[in-house]
Amino acid sequence: MIEHGITKNGNQSQQYVLLRHRDIQDIDNLEVYHKSGGFLAFQNAVNTMEPSEVTEIVKKSGLRGRGGAGFPTGLKWSFIDNNQFPHYVVANADESEPGTFKDREIMESNPYQFLEGIALCAYAVQAHKAYIYLRGEFWQIAARIDQHIAAMKAAGYLGENLFGSDYSLDIYTHLGAGAYICGEETALLESIEGKMGQPRLRPPFPPSYGLFGKPTIVNNVETLTNIPMIVAHGADWYRNFGTEKSAGTKIFSLSGNVNNPGNYELPLGTTFRELIFEHGGGIPEGRQIKAIMAAGASSSLIVADENALDTPMDYESVPSVGAQLGSASVIVIDDSVSIPWLINKTTHFFRHESCGKCTPCREGTFWMSHLTERIANGNASLDDVDLLYDVANQIKGKCFCALGEFSTESVLSGIERFRDDFTNAVNR
Amino acid sequence: MLLEKYANEIKEILDKYPPGERRSAVMPLINLAQRDKMFVSREEMIEIGRIVGISTTEVASVVGFYSLYYDHPQGSYRLQVCTDLPCALRGSEKFLEDLCTRLGIKPGETTSDGLITVESVMCLAACDRAPVFQLQSGEGLEYYENQTVENALSLVERLRAKAAQYRRRDNLD
Repeated sequence: MIEHGITKNGNQSQQYVLLRHRDIQDIDNLEVYHKSGGFLAFQNAVNTMEPSEVTEIVKKSGLRGRGGAGFPTGLKWSFIDNNQFPHYVVANADESEPGTFKDREIMESNPYQFLEGIALCAYAVQAHKAYIYLRGEFWQIAARIDQHIAAMKAAGYLGENLFGSDYSLDIYTHLGAGAYICGEETALLESIEGKMGQPRLRPPFPPSYGLFGKPTIVNNVETLTNIPMIVAHGADWYRNFGTEKSAGTKIFSLSGNVNNPGNYELPLGTTFRELIFEHGGGIPEGRQIKAIMAAGASSSLIVADENALDTPMDYESVPSVGAQLGSASVIVIDDSVSIPWLINKTTHFFRHESCGKCTPCREGTFWMSHLTERIANGNASLDDVDLLYDVANQIKGKCFCALGEFSTESVLSGIERFRDDFTNAVNR
Repeated sequence: MLLEKYANEIKEILDKYPPGERRSAVMPLINLAQRDKMFVSREEMIEIGRIVGISTTEVASVVGFYSLYYDHPQGSYRLQVCTDLPCALRGSEKFLEDLCTRLGIKPGETTSDGLITVESVMCLAACDRAPVFQLQSGEGLEYYENQTVENALSLVERLRAKAAQYRRRDNLD
């Protein structure tokens, strides 16, 4: 059980449902994890619960996908096609969004809770094989996860006839090789199948047509790491954290112009102000906060006024300041930063990471990056700014997947909300 | 030949995937081929295609798509600095520039001894510990976080000393 106090919202201290290694030393050791209540939820589920009961608890908990889309997790599981077998579970550990570094901390420091989460999801949807897709740069983490999987197998938590039942499960790692697009779930599936990581047309969605064409649940690392705690303590317990529509805690990856960057696990609904100024220690060198990107490089730019700072960080409130919560990768931008420089960084990122499958994204990010470079370098006119705005609008709504859409967010919001920066840049 | 050199590893890799889905082994096999020398040769692509049952062109398209794969010989090390937005806000662009100046090269170039290529890369998921770089070599990938130019230069010296040691050993052979 969690020993420290839990209150609804507003609690200043971090509450560890996910980053439990910060409370419990050596929880990355199987024995220590087991002694802290680890694997009990999985064992109980296999021995005493119907698979659908596990899905039902997750549904009731209100957990939403932590990879960025915020889709209700239990609902996704309930979409699994039970007329076709085998089923697969895939953990998305491709964490590549600029500003996001939470899954890495979970896998490095609290790996067994993540692995138990995969096991519970697999049991709920009756999958006997699960894959963890890690970005290629997480080579060392994958090697350690392989050791943890072997330790679980040796201890009887993975393999055949688990806990005396007829349920069996194996988990495998699969390394990517440097492609942001593989965080998109269908591109990820293509990549596991040994192909270029390009997204598939949806529908059909993975719960009916996924890995190897079979019903598949793809969930983010953080999402899955919640599951053992939800199954162990119940949906009502989990709903004590966060807001009605955004239940639970969330790991906020805080980066950019802030004194104490890092991961902070806080209830959903915590304000930007609390994260940035209390936990993050505010802006360095007495400078002023200018803008916030709530969802990494894919985010639109929030004007960091008093109203925005007092906005709760949850799925339903962030849209009121013209952005999305996404993966909650909060990049803080201070008043020393020029927005044309900033969007030049983001457009170059998306241009590099575009998979090339659809024209609006492939060509659009290319032309946007040329324009932003010209503007950021002071070689442009206001016509170029208008042209950039036009190009971004032609990309928006026309792409095959979200990558192209996201590439326009900072560009459009930057020009709309920080027009003066562009006027200054072209008049230099 | 990969099959002779890595028979056990290849069996383990193939066992990870369902029968009939051997193509999934392409990326792990490319990783295996890149081990020790950091690139995959034409001959190895042909062999990988044979092992998993796809054409060489399909293997080559996978090699071409992913940024950690190389189809031609590299310098021994790639020192890859993340200069994406969160890192840039914490001075990684200046770090890359200063490191390159001290090494007498431009970003993307290789040191005069052919040992280390220094370049910028996309996000490494270590934004709170910038400046950060990864060191890619035949031995794998390592992260170096919260770096200063001096730290990085002393790593470069260590890598040079190691390379000199290998050369001496090779000469003795």
